[in-house]
Amino acid sequence: MLKKRIIPIQLLIDNRLVKTIEFGKYRDVGNPVSSSKIYNDSDADELIFLNINREERSIEPLLTLIKKVSEVCFMPLSLGGGVKTIDDASRLIQNGADKIVLNSAIYDDLNLIEKIAYKFGNQAVVASVDARMNQSENKYDLYSNCGRDSQPVDLVDHLKLIENQGAGEIIITSIDKDGTMNGYDKELIKIAVENTAIPIIGAGGAGTFDHLKEAFLETDVSALACGSLFNFGDNNPIRAKAFLTNYSIPFKVI
Amino acid sequence: MIAILDCEMGNLQSVFHGIDSMGYDCEILKSNELSDENTHLVIPGVGNYHQVMSSENITDIKKSIHDFANTGKPILGICLGMQLLSDWGEEGGGIDGLGLIGGNVDRMFEDRATRLPHVGWNSVDFLNDHPLFSGLKNNLDFYFVHSYQFIPKNNNSIFASTNHGQDFTSIVAERNIIGVQFHPEKSQSNGLKMLENFCAWDGKC
Repeated sequence: MLKKRIIPIQLLIDNRLVKTIEFGKYRDVGNPVSSSKIYNDSDADELIFLNINREERSIEPLLTLIKKVSEVCFMPLSLGGGVKTIDDASRLIQNGADKIVLNSAIYDDLNLIEKIAYKFGNQAVVASVDARMNQSENKYDLYSNCGRDSQPVDLVDHLKLIENQGAGEIIITSIDKDGTMNGYDKELIKIAVENTAIPIIGAGGAGTFDHLKEAFLETDVSALACGSLFNFGDNNPIRAKAFLTNYSIPFKVI
Repeated sequence: MIAILDCEMGNLQSVFHGIDSMGYDCEILKSNELSDENTHLVIPGVGNYHQVMSSENITDIKKSIHDFANTGKPILGICLGMQLLSDWGEEGGGIDGLGLIGGNVDRMFEDRATRLPHVGWNSVDFLNDHPLFSGLKNNLDFYFVHSYQFIPKNNNSIFASTNHGQDFTSIVAERNIIGVQFHPEKSQSNGLKMLENFCAWDGKC
């Protein structure tokens, strides 16, 4: 049986690890290479790195990082933030990335998913979708460019478009929940799971192991991403899984 | 010297670092650069079956790999590299493979609960003994990421199976050739152990 996954998500600015709140203000939380080594030893299932530096939108910082991380981490590594072309994707993959995370570029050039998927396979493309609840209209609005630019696209239409273009997975992030540590937006995760047939990774809001439990038990999400949960406090994937195993949620045996 | 075949696609660095971390010497080579010094060949891969098998110098690549196989030295296919060992693959429109292990590669079973790609950690049930399994317990989890499966012609070639909606072949082997559908280089300590076993294998069963 395929197991559920817990994926630490590491945000980067100038190659330092940071953590944001609602995509806004951030704190420096360490060195990404050291933290990746620790995640490799503490049973994480994969790692996601996102460069969220809004001033310098290039892949150069990610290239420097992936060369170092792929020497010490023997698990799947996804990278994104500033990937605009198939050449960017190729350079990251050749230097040790397994999957490319695309977000803003999808709104500008939808075919980018298809181009990368044709060259490297569908599994190499993870489409990232950032959504914020619009309370007055009771619907989710989509944002690109690290939550800065509103995109006039319907959430479900966008998810289906991504799937049809050949993305291998979707990571769906609630901007409202990011860094708040008060639980996942399970409704948002459900929308993504129910409207696509590819694996969904839920992100934004994990603060306790109970939040992971609720999201795994109440939705058919394939994986959950965590930032603050592991950045702050004495938590790690081993302890999270030890807790979740009590609720019959299946994890890898190694 | 272990050779890692470079088909100009996919992440070769992780396989390189995986073998290197086990203390074996390895190099990333094009098929025409294989020499007598190469004791083992790894065909890694993520990508698209059709795109590899339709590359312009595929005839030369095929010949070099077959020449290597005929020496009896060990060959390991990983993920797409495993699928390429087959006679024919459906992905991307249908095309002949390397033809080293009889069988075809078809799309996997799929329904609402069984999502494709099959991505994540899943248990590998060893059905036969093989030198690559030395020191590894049965039913451990390895990291998979694929949507197509190898269907071997000969049932005796199935060395391990895994379930995703239905059982599929996760390890196929004949003679000095073995293919694994998962990524040992991404499967942490157990995966590295399997790579180490491959590097120590003399190609005999």
